[in-house]
Amino acid sequence: MVIGKEETEVRLDGQGIPLWLCMEVTYRCPLQCPWCNNPLDYDTYRKHELSTDEWFRVLREGREMGALQIGLTGGEPMMRDDIVEITAEAGRLGYYTNLITGGIGLTKDKLEALKEAGLNQIQLSIQSCDPAITNKLIGADAHDKKMQVARDIKALDFPLSLNVPVCRESIDQTKEILDMCEEVEADYLEYVQIQYYNWALHNRDELLPTKEQVKRSEQLVNEARERLGKKMTIYFVVPDYHDKFPKACMNGWGAIHLTIAPDGTAMPCQEARAIKEIDFPSVRDHDLSWIWHESPAFNLYRGEDWMKEPCRSCDDKEKDVGGCRCQAYLLTGDATNTDPVCYKSPHHHIVEEAITEASRPGRNTLPYVMRSVQSAASMRE
Amino acid sequence: MAETLQIDPADRFELHPFYMFRWEERQKAYLLMYPEGIVKLNATAAETLKRCDGDRSVTEIIDELKEEVKNGPNPESASQVEKSVCKFLEESNAKGWIRRKKEGLEKNGNR
Repeated sequence: MVIGKEETEVRLDGQGIPLWLCMEVTYRCPLQCPWCNNPLDYDTYRKHELSTDEWFRVLREGREMGALQIGLTGGEPMMRDDIVEITAEAGRLGYYTNLITGGIGLTKDKLEALKEAGLNQIQLSIQSCDPAITNKLIGADAHDKKMQVARDIKALDFPLSLNVPVCRESIDQTKEILDMCEEVEADYLEYVQIQYYNWALHNRDELLPTKEQVKRSEQLVNEARERLGKKMTIYFVVPDYHDKFPKACMNGWGAIHLTIAPDGTAMPCQEARAIKEIDFPSVRDHDLSWIWHESPAFNLYRGEDWMKEPCRSCDDKEKDVGGCRCQAYLLTGDATNTDPVCYKSPHHHIVEEAITEASRPGRNTLPYVMRSVQSAASMRE
Repeated sequence: MAETLQIDPADRFELHPFYMFRWEERQKAYLLMYPEGIVKLNATAAETLKRCDGDRSVTEIIDELKEEVKNGPNPESASQVEKSVCKFLEESNAKGWIRRKKEGLEKNGNR
């Protein structure tokens, strides 16, 4: 053994390995959140979910490539009857296992079975401190159930991570929400400004908070951070619409993250299916190594060759990798454009107009378009 | 994190149960994994953390590592072991990676 190196930790940069494997085991979900990041046509994939054995193969191939963290998500992952089996297999293979859930279906029995299966952590979504607002936002009578699940998670000595996506209707309750998270003794809190893709983009003008709201809320989060220290680690996910610089989305296209959709479609992130021109490979047709290293879809926006101005000559291009390809596509129609969140983007006005619209006094407040089979179908008409 | 927590030589630390600590062949390194995070540890950190089992005291960890370094390629650096270990323990305690084992508890319990 050698002593002397000053630093005590080294960040992993991926080194060409998909460190994070995100398995969307199903798009089925009993909730109807109007900011859902599942595709608008999620209902058309229902009959093609991967089988237990197919997920086992994905897990095996991922570990062979060096993947370390697994996110079991959906839809609602608890809607899969084999979620405990999948978790156990992931644990057996050596993954750090994260279950990302809305809490419905996460009964005490299931929790105990997941504990037994070696699940490492649970991230539970919470929308508000006010049951009426929660239930309205998610389109289900679920607030009290979620809070009970939070207590059950703690009782079984799992780390409790709460994920709170905030929108214009809930952001002014930041203080009360933080208090509630402290009261249930959350170990981690992701206080997340909604990112505008898919259902969230469809509802953006109703969801996007004003600049002042975001500023106040960030202030309160910082105060709570100072007060709570490591008792509750708070991640404040940057509201990119209100930022001057784009986020380094997924650390770059095909850099460290690999998402598998319920039907086996492999993508560099959960939203990528929004880019209609790309033909994403399926784990049903190819192994993960080919998909990651060889497939045209995963190589499309790697490196910098695809970049246009102003990214191409920008000093920050390594830092922010040009922002998010999906956002560039959704807002400008071309995924190789600079993410319009960037103040240098010639399309930045699109983001500014959205913020102005959200803050316009007396603007009509429309009902949310809830994520449901009916609204998905009616959008296709 | 700025306040220096003095490490008591009699303290016994254990890995916080939220964390997974193991060797990863592919990375040729010890890793610490936690909710949505991964840290790759250097040799000092890994060798120290391996011994944070709730049984060994800080003194015992330091003595063991000193012995290892003396038998390693740079025996002259043994004098730095104590400082390196204490610094690492302070930092990882502040980060929540390890916690003090409570006296009189769980000797025959869940460990």
